[in-house]
Amino acid sequence: MDTLRKIFTYSKKYRKNLAAAIIFAVIGVVCSLLVPILTGKAIDCIVGKDNVDFGKTAVILGILAASVVTGGISQWIMARHTNTLSYLTTRDIRIDFFNKLNKVPISYIDRNSKGDFVSRATNDIETVSDALTQGFTQFFTGVITIAGTLAFMFVIDFRIALIVIVLTPLSLAAAALITKFSHKAFTRQSHIRGELSGFSDEMIKNHSIIEAFCYQQTAEERFESLNSEFGEAGLKATFLSSISNPTTRFVNGMIYALVALTGALRAVSGNISVGTLVSFLSYANQYTKPFNEISGVVTELQNAIACAERVFKVIAAENESDDSTLPELSAPDGSVAFDNIDFSYVPEKPLLQDINISVKPGQRVAIVGPTGCGKTTLINLLMRFYDTTDGNIIISGQNIKEIKRDSLRECFGMVLQETWLFKGTIADNISYGKPDATEEEITEAAKAAYAHSFIKRLPDGYKTIISENGGNLSQGQKQLLTIARIMLTNPPMLILDEATSNIDIRTEVKIQQAFEKLMKGKTSFIIAHRLSTIRNTDLILVMKDGNIIEHGNHNELMKKNGFYSTLYMSASAV
Amino acid sequence: MKSLLKYLDGYKKYLFLGPFFKLLEAVFELIIPLVTAKIIDVGIAEKDKDYIIKMSLLMILLGLAGLCFALICQYFAAKCAFGFGTALRKALYRHINSLSRTETEKLGVSTLITILTNDTNAVQTGLNMGIRLATRSPFLIIGAAVMAVSIDPVLSLIFLIAAPIIAFVIYKIMSTTIPMYKKNQNRLDRISLLTNENLEGVRVIRAFSRQEEEKAEFKKASEDFSAHSIAVGKISAFLNPVTFMIMNLAVSLIIWSGGYRVNTGNLTQGDITAFVNYMTQISLALIVLAGLIVYFNKAAAGANRIADIFSVTSSMKDGDEDITENDSPVIEFENVSFRYADAAESSVENISFSLRKGEVLGIIGGTGSGKSTIAALLPRFYDATSGSIRIYGKDIGKYKLSSVRRFIVSVPQKASVISGTIADNIRMGKPDATDSEIIKALKTAQAYEFVEKLPQGINSPVLQGGKNFSGGQKQRLTIARAVVSEPGVLILDDSTSALDMNTDYRLRKSISEDLPDTAVVMISQRATSLKNADKILVLDDGECTGFGTHDELAETSPLYKEIIDIQKAGE
Repeated sequence: MDTLRKIFTYSKKYRKNLAAAIIFAVIGVVCSLLVPILTGKAIDCIVGKDNVDFGKTAVILGILAASVVTGGISQWIMARHTNTLSYLTTRDIRIDFFNKLNKVPISYIDRNSKGDFVSRATNDIETVSDALTQGFTQFFTGVITIAGTLAFMFVIDFRIALIVIVLTPLSLAAAALITKFSHKAFTRQSHIRGELSGFSDEMIKNHSIIEAFCYQQTAEERFESLNSEFGEAGLKATFLSSISNPTTRFVNGMIYALVALTGALRAVSGNISVGTLVSFLSYANQYTKPFNEISGVVTELQNAIACAERVFKVIAAENESDDSTLPELSAPDGSVAFDNIDFSYVPEKPLLQDINISVKPGQRVAIVGPTGCGKTTLINLLMRFYDTTDGNIIISGQNIKEIKRDSLRECFGMVLQETWLFKGTIADNISYGKPDATEEEITEAAKAAYAHSFIKRLPDGYKTIISENGGNLSQGQKQLLTIARIMLTNPPMLILDEATSNIDIRTEVKIQQAFEKLMKGKTSFIIAHRLSTIRNTDLILVMKDGNIIEHGNHNELMKKNGFYSTLYMSASAV
Repeated sequence: MKSLLKYLDGYKKYLFLGPFFKLLEAVFELIIPLVTAKIIDVGIAEKDKDYIIKMSLLMILLGLAGLCFALICQYFAAKCAFGFGTALRKALYRHINSLSRTETEKLGVSTLITILTNDTNAVQTGLNMGIRLATRSPFLIIGAAVMAVSIDPVLSLIFLIAAPIIAFVIYKIMSTTIPMYKKNQNRLDRISLLTNENLEGVRVIRAFSRQEEEKAEFKKASEDFSAHSIAVGKISAFLNPVTFMIMNLAVSLIIWSGGYRVNTGNLTQGDITAFVNYMTQISLALIVLAGLIVYFNKAAAGANRIADIFSVTSSMKDGDEDITENDSPVIEFENVSFRYADAAESSVENISFSLRKGEVLGIIGGTGSGKSTIAALLPRFYDATSGSIRIYGKDIGKYKLSSVRRFIVSVPQKASVISGTIADNIRMGKPDATDSEIIKALKTAQAYEFVEKLPQGINSPVLQGGKNFSGGQKQRLTIARAVVSEPGVLILDDSTSALDMNTDYRLRKSISEDLPDTAVVMISQRATSLKNADKILVLDDGECTGFGTHDELAETSPLYKEIIDIQKAGE
């Protein structure tokens, strides 16, 4: 109910469409209910040879034509308004959903599956949209048709009408019972279908490995067992759901037979005329039809509500703490201090403990250590992608929790191990951080990042469209583009996370030189596996299991003969 | 599309039985009005209450029989569709597995996935709906038309004009909107792309404070989608009202001209009633048929795509010999060149080298120099365009593919594991490996140190895409998978990039100690990693520009020398 209310809150803006849809639905249904009556009346004027009242027929047919046209036009107007209503409502929900994704803490996004968010933004919202367009129309016209038919029946003979009303729940109960069974079967079917597509997806994506390890047979066996399971579940679900129509048809047939029985008996005793019985029977037929439709719509609506719930759950997620009243980071000089930092992603597993670092303006800090020791976490904290559990990070004397996030992030240039590019031109991707950059500036940045030469060779140069996440570029080329991005924005501080791990050595040297240029006078944080590239840094932090176990410059650390020197020696001994 | 018919084997009888029972139901349904007529004409007219009760009971019985027939039809339809679907999916998946890399790359991974999952479903649904509905609607349409003509050929002219107009309107609206809906699907794909990009790039977006621009772009895409949805909706909204209007205006016309025919005594009042009923019946059947066309369209498109996949066959011919050891070199390349299908230039040209048991070959070169191509030619993922590749002196094509791939195992650059347990993944390399062999392989790959710490050890689950492991851990698992069978040739294609140097060093040491007989091909961008290789191949732009030991190359190859110098400068 809560979910329905939320959907209605969204559609409030379009209440004019809603009102129009309801008004024209009523007109349309009334007109279409008039059609059988008028048809019958017209036929009544045609009794037999030389006994046709042409004048009256013409009048009735005129009214019939008028109500057909009015009904048709009303139906069309109603459909247009429900369309507009549902598409605009779901559009607004979708936009809010996406805006929310840009306001939640990064931890929320990291915690959940990305595919699932995408599916909510597309499939779930589409289901809601379909239910609103189709469901509304069918549900609404169905209800009006039932009400209208009932009214007509009561006017003709309330006793038979009562029988119909008493029997109605039978039809509904049958439909509900079947829906209950088939719903279970459907849930199972969609669960197995999900598994089967997941498996297909995985196996085809890994075709090269399947091929390399002659894994085909095992993969086929696994596929076939899921496949036959899906076949069985699908058969059951499809059959169960497909018995709903014939069954309600049968129940309705029974109602029809009972109406015929009582009506005929009443006709025998002279209470009603044959003509009344005939029109009664045709109404009894018409009356039961919308029930089929409505029961179909109800399942669809239930499904849509479940989907809407999933969407609203994200929209209700908590935002990043509000920073709009906080001041901007003023005049960053490049000094950074970590002050007794504790941090953990999950409370039970403490990761960083009591980290203290003090970096002077313009210093270069390297962070080294084995995989999983917390190097990347330091960057997450520095950029305030995550907040510390305890302790503060101070930049230029300002606590980063007490300034605007954007102003903090803008003063860092970040090159991550996982390159991120979006579908668009090369130029757009380079100028991502500075959308108003001129062509010359972009070319300059690309040259500085040694990306110019390969861009030049692409079919459309800087205007070449790169596909989703740079699918048509090599890993190294992608990395060069993200470096060009930073070259263009030229921020006062840098973060380089494994920035050159995928680039061949000759290019890497050039990039190192470019970085050298870029880093001049800037505070820089470098995470590197290759110790050789960080020998000249001012401060090396050696991390292990969430602690900084050694710090100092290269020579100091080598003299210490500790963990760093072991790492270094084993690396160069190869 | 005909080629798919064979997957109906064993279910063909349902293709006839299903519609047959459906027709029976329809016939029973048509009898009901006759019974009603009897109640009125006989029961009421003769005031025979027993007759009325009897006939009402008959009506219920007819309904019950109709219900049974309908249920039988629905069951046959579902059974036939899912039986066919299951057989089709099974065959299709086997077929996809039989394709070589050249074909799967050409067809595209995402296309294959869509076809295997969505298109097979569309065909299945189309078949199910077809059995249930495709015979009933035409039966009703033709039946009604025949009845109308037999009552009054002149009056049925109106009928024979109106019905095609309705059919045309339905066709016209659907043929306009279906492509529009398809185009709109692309707009929805864009929404999904933007959402995905936004999530993948969340750190970069926030680092550049570009949230507002992202929101604006998404808003634009959503508005574009909804505006076009409304535009298509406007056209489809015509469907019901227009058919409603044509049908009922035709009914008015029938009544009006019918009036004249009755007046001259050519027709009775009852005939007109029947005419009107048939008109309604036809229009309803046409609408159902139109709905079916949508299903059939999807099913036919899916069936065509599936048939296209079946028509692609592997371009690689399997050999029939097993590999047996002899004195010839384990691996030999002689003037091997390779060009990818559709590529303009060769990826590697004229490569020659040979490698003996236990030797290490290093391959060095920049990105795009052809290193990975050589790695893919070795286990015969592709056939060389020219030149020959030999195992123990015999052409690689003579051996069974499965035998070649058990003998030459590679660890690719991108570490991919499959869902299952760690042991399942390692057993891909050797299906009958014992637990202790698995642990040994994990130790060689320096992976046991983290596997050991997991609560379930080697039986710990691996999630899809291996997302419960870090990049470095996945890499070590893929190495363990490759070494478990102690293959004749092990290819390490830059497979340690996510490892820290210490682990990397220990790994290389343990490989040479634990697999003394294995010939190793080690691909790297760094000279230090290859220093101890027996031979090093220097690649530049697909060509071999140097071949020899580290010390020899340091003298003779300018490129190799340059790489060493750069690295020395770094250290």
